[in-house]
Amino acid sequence: MSLDKETVARIARLARLKVPEEELAPLAGELSGIFAWIEQLNEVDTNNVEPMSSVSDVTLPMRADKVTDGGIAAKVLANAPGGAVFLDPSDKNAGGFFTVPKVVE
Amino acid sequence: MTALTDLTIAQLTSALSKKETSAVEVAEAHLAKLDEHRALNAFITETPDKAREMAKASDARRASGEAGLLEGVPLAIKDLFCNEGVQTTAASNILKGFVPQYESTVTANLWKSGAVMVGKTNLDEFAMGSSNMTSHFGGVENPWKRRGDNRKLVPGGSSGGSAAAVAAHMVPGSTGTDTGGSIRQPAAFCGIVGLKPTYGRCSRWGVVAFASSLDQPGPFARTVEDTALLLQAMSGHDPKDSTSAPLPVPDFAAATRNPDIRGMKVGIPKEYRVDGTSEEIVDLWSKGMEMLKAAGAEPVEVSLPHTKYALPAYYIVAPAECSSNLARYDGVRFGLRVPGKDLTELYENTRGAGFGKETRRRILIGTYVLSAGYYDAYYKKAQQIRALIARDFKQAFEKCDVLLTPTAPTAAFAAGERMDDPVTMYLNDMFTIPASMAGLPGISVPAGLDKDGLPLGLQLIGRAFDEETLLRAAAALEKAAAFVSRPAGY
Repeated sequence: MSLDKETVARIARLARLKVPEEELAPLAGELSGIFAWIEQLNEVDTNNVEPMSSVSDVTLPMRADKVTDGGIAAKVLANAPGGAVFLDPSDKNAGGFFTVPKVVE
Repeated sequence: MTALTDLTIAQLTSALSKKETSAVEVAEAHLAKLDEHRALNAFITETPDKAREMAKASDARRASGEAGLLEGVPLAIKDLFCNEGVQTTAASNILKGFVPQYESTVTANLWKSGAVMVGKTNLDEFAMGSSNMTSHFGGVENPWKRRGDNRKLVPGGSSGGSAAAVAAHMVPGSTGTDTGGSIRQPAAFCGIVGLKPTYGRCSRWGVVAFASSLDQPGPFARTVEDTALLLQAMSGHDPKDSTSAPLPVPDFAAATRNPDIRGMKVGIPKEYRVDGTSEEIVDLWSKGMEMLKAAGAEPVEVSLPHTKYALPAYYIVAPAECSSNLARYDGVRFGLRVPGKDLTELYENTRGAGFGKETRRRILIGTYVLSAGYYDAYYKKAQQIRALIARDFKQAFEKCDVLLTPTAPTAAFAAGERMDDPVTMYLNDMFTIPASMAGLPGISVPAGLDKDGLPLGLQLIGRAFDEETLLRAAAALEKAAAFVSRPAGY
């Protein structure tokens, strides 16, 4: 499997990852090398083998559909990189918002 | 009297309980070592004020008659565990300025048992690497050097800072996380003990996620008994991690005292004899088996036929999960934000500037293998191979109680060596990844020195949730190998 520059640009776009134009070709080479090495998996016959998604054979536990915490808006927003906007600055746990650039014109 | 920084965790807690020293004194002695060896770059964030405050509280608890399992023991925490109010970076620029508002379960368990935090250790970015060279904060230097050669060596990775800090006696123990070998390989490179527990033994809640079906927190220490003590404190069922096992925590340390391995069957997987492994390591592996045999164990040759496919399958599964997990770093809710003309450009700019080269590479691999049209050919295939690897181990454990293998194919290498090609670097984890894929516990025990005077480790692999047998075998190996060397100058 060989990846070209265009494919790398396409997956970078899917991953929302800005990759400078000059890095596309070297990355295509590296990734092609990795995928060529991964190709050896095709030697293994996996017909009728159930894919393993988890090593724990524990059934995922269920819990009651109840709110177990809340009222911590100040903590939730504490790391907001664009700065948060609070509904009531004197009571930050009353709620607030993350800020992003304008999405809808 | 022995220096406080030369005591093991078991010795420290004993000295503290006999009032021969105080948690404050112990903390000060170790903080002085952090100062002395800062050039190793083992820590991203030091927390001396917190250490002093916690040590004082520990002394007060002890004076009032309360003492936890690790009362007054200073520990270093891999900077992948969230600590409330302490910057947590995962060694990435994208978490710039991130201060968690909550404490990970594993570290909360450690503090509950009386341990004292001295700082957050350096690692490969998002725990992706085997050399600690991918950290945004620069590589960590291994305290060990080749005899007559002054070149800096890597401590291994990804938990390189945690391993180097223990090897340099800056702390008697530390935490790491192991996805494909990130505890065991640095333990081997630094001449200490490192244990990856069974997947589900330690809670992953509050640990920055890399590959969720593989990630598992675990301890580093200088002895097997200390490693068991740390594991005991770290373990336990946590409802906040749905993959955390609802099992009681055994007295792990008891398994390491006067280890009796008579009649224990030790499997030697023939597929681990691979080209590219240094001859000295192959020799040490045979010697290790002889030591266990002399202690009463019985060697059994076993076969794990899909061993060679574990590594390429891992490099589908781990990047796929990484690309999904790392989708959360979008510049909106926490961490770095690089503005753009619209929201999409904000995402792309933030992630382009925030992630380092290896992390970007793995996100791209993961995105590709999960993308439309490729899912079955890559991800499903890898999961099927994973099932075959797990079956191999299951069959092998019908014939033996533990497996003995090398931990890594070589001793520590110099910074810059083997950086030319990603696949060469990935090969470093060939002996540790199969057990990770099967979710099994593994431990690396220092067992000898190579001709250059560098430590070499042997790995023992156990059955799921049978860390006690694993620790018993490890303690027997430790006793027989009698590894006492330490890096010159530390």
